[in-house]
Amino acid sequence: MSDYLDFLQAEADIPEWPYPLRYRKENHVSSDVLVLGGGVAGIHAALTLARIGLSTVMVEKGGAKKAGSGGVGVDHWHYACTNPASKVTPEEFVEAMIEGMGEYECGIFDYINYKEGYDTLLDCERLGVKIRDTEDEFQGAEFRDERTKLLFSYDYESKYDIRVPGGWNIREPLLREARRLGVTVCDRIMATSLLTEGGKQGARVVGATGVNTRTGEFYVFRAKATILCMANVHRLWVFSTELKGSACMYDPNCVGDGHAMAWKAGATLTMMEKSRSESGGFNYPDYGVGNASNTWFACTIVDARGKEVPWVNRDGRVLTTVSERYRPAPGQKFLLPPQALFGLKGPVYAYAGPRLIPDLCARIQSGEFVLPLFADLPSMPDLERRAIFGLMIGNEGKTRVPIYDIYTQAGFDPNKDMLQAPVRSPRAYLNRTWWMADPPSQWRDPGFGSHGGLVVDWDLKTSLEGLYAAGQQVFQGFGHSGAATSGRYAARNAALYAREASEPIIDRGQVDKEKARVYAPIARKRGMGWKELCAGIARIMQDYCGEYKQEGTLKLGLRWVKEIREREAVDTVARNPHELVRTLECFTRLTAAEIIMQASLARKASSSVLDFRRLDYPDLDPEGWNKFITLRLADGEVKDDGLPFKYWLKSPWASAYEENYERHARLR
Amino acid sequence: MSDKAYMVPNPFMPGKAVEIDPQICNGCRACVEVCRMDVLVPHPEKGKPPIVLYPDECWFCACCVEECPRPGAIRMEHPLNQRVGWKRKETGEYFRIGMRNPPPPYEKPPVG
Repeated sequence: MSDYLDFLQAEADIPEWPYPLRYRKENHVSSDVLVLGGGVAGIHAALTLARIGLSTVMVEKGGAKKAGSGGVGVDHWHYACTNPASKVTPEEFVEAMIEGMGEYECGIFDYINYKEGYDTLLDCERLGVKIRDTEDEFQGAEFRDERTKLLFSYDYESKYDIRVPGGWNIREPLLREARRLGVTVCDRIMATSLLTEGGKQGARVVGATGVNTRTGEFYVFRAKATILCMANVHRLWVFSTELKGSACMYDPNCVGDGHAMAWKAGATLTMMEKSRSESGGFNYPDYGVGNASNTWFACTIVDARGKEVPWVNRDGRVLTTVSERYRPAPGQKFLLPPQALFGLKGPVYAYAGPRLIPDLCARIQSGEFVLPLFADLPSMPDLERRAIFGLMIGNEGKTRVPIYDIYTQAGFDPNKDMLQAPVRSPRAYLNRTWWMADPPSQWRDPGFGSHGGLVVDWDLKTSLEGLYAAGQQVFQGFGHSGAATSGRYAARNAALYAREASEPIIDRGQVDKEKARVYAPIARKRGMGWKELCAGIARIMQDYCGEYKQEGTLKLGLRWVKEIREREAVDTVARNPHELVRTLECFTRLTAAEIIMQASLARKASSSVLDFRRLDYPDLDPEGWNKFITLRLADGEVKDDGLPFKYWLKSPWASAYEENYERHARLR
Repeated sequence: MSDKAYMVPNPFMPGKAVEIDPQICNGCRACVEVCRMDVLVPHPEKGKPPIVLYPDECWFCACCVEECPRPGAIRMEHPLNQRVGWKRKETGEYFRIGMRNPPPPYEKPPVG
């Protein structure tokens, strides 16, 4: 009798809300630095600040214990170029990544990640996270470095990507240490807005407001510096609680609150026009189907009759051993992991690694391969099989219980069984990630590992004074290691600023205005619920900002957003604090929709790397448009300043990564 | 058998997300505290199993299962449209999540 409807039947009376109701009650919290978002970036930022000795408040919408998309664990630590076994330097890797992403990449974020990723992992190890194969379970494996007992993925020669055998438990030691050092953890609080000096757009950020997701009470946070550590905009085009829950990489709390509040405060964002195909509800649990990517790289795939689908190298040569799938081609310096390269262009030849045959679609249609396909774990070498299913699936937090435990308890034996891949239409197999379905073209998402966000400088400072950014909050900010390293780095710079900064003064008028906005939905008696509003916003994005865009339809989309904001959104009803928070998230989505459509209007060109198609400007990546579109609000008007590619190596910055890093890393 | 029916909203989809065994659960609320989405809320009566109030918002991260101090008290369940199948290489037998008479569990724990 744990289901709500059963409960209703048995108890007859509708139970009251289980938490005390404290709408509008004000709590005032002051600190040197405020960390908004308590996921991977947030916890590393908070811990760093506490170690420096600053008073720190960390605000998290969900539960602190496992907060964020990475709070459930990590299976491989990306791009630890400075580990003792690595054969790639941060300089080489950052150049490769920028080339791979067609220059639409944040070299600052990347370089920090490549430069101090390994140190960050060592820090986790000191706090009790198991990062090495200390039990020698993988002794003799090609991917193990015998001296350090580190385990690697993707490129077994270059050894920059570390498999983490205790990654499922990476969160709790960090949180424990942060609490021990005095970090104030405020969880179950949705941050709703940034507060600025004098309440002015574009002015110094002096704090934030928040609302408790259980009690509905209000928070006013005051701080000398603020670090935004929230997630990117997700589930904006595809919203369906019925379909989407399990089949999404991101914590459902990730709706882009940080992007929206930074935008309203006047911060500059870039690459917001980028989105890509999103298979949404057509998917299965992440990493829970037969596939050969990411955690499952590079599993053997067979067809329904047991015929092996060949792997080929970048030149199309068929690879005859499993070992070759994890190695560069002769003369190739190193491989970029396959998921690093999105966009329509596909991987850059210089760093392209082995893959399954590109003509799989045609060979399915000709009858050579028969569906369904299966991931043939039993045929993999023992240690590779154990690495894929035991280590990666066992430690990528979202899969430890949902996939490893549930599947094995249901009888799935990785030594005997082949996991089925979803049956797709043949054309789906044109995609490198064919197990991800073939969705309607209007279904989009900023995507995994590649998206717009805040423009930052070499301090990871945003365009606003007192405001720093880390993790997915930064444009193109990607991955667990990227979130962790940028959190630490932003914290060091925010600390330096906070030490010198004047006392922040909160503008009461700005607080009152925000309070009125936040509590409006609970005062209403009639109107739609948050789910319908959410679905309506998704429909606007599908229709007016889908795969193909043009000026007229984008403007019509903006008109719909504006009208819904003024009409249906104003009528949306929240019946308890939970519904209130979900309704406020819809308001976030309206703002996100506006930013994305404004950015899409501003880019009057199509782009292959951005997976961005304008019907009225069909030429791909024409001259003059190979740059960052950067947008901000000034006095309520959208301003487009623009930034050149690699702006971080141009004046006023030094021309070399190392020099900029040394000047701004604030290590001592 | 009940001779009464009530006016209640339609069942949720996903309907369960997690299932709690009231015989094992002691109502400690560890699952309530870890859940990022407040899918679970406390039972009005202290010590009773929590109520699965918002299964439709579940991310299926199973943090509640990991946090539960009483093995078997809470179990995550993939919705029917999220259940997958597999084939035994040697025999060609086909199995699936949720099947009647499944093969025996594979007992080896994950790495770490």
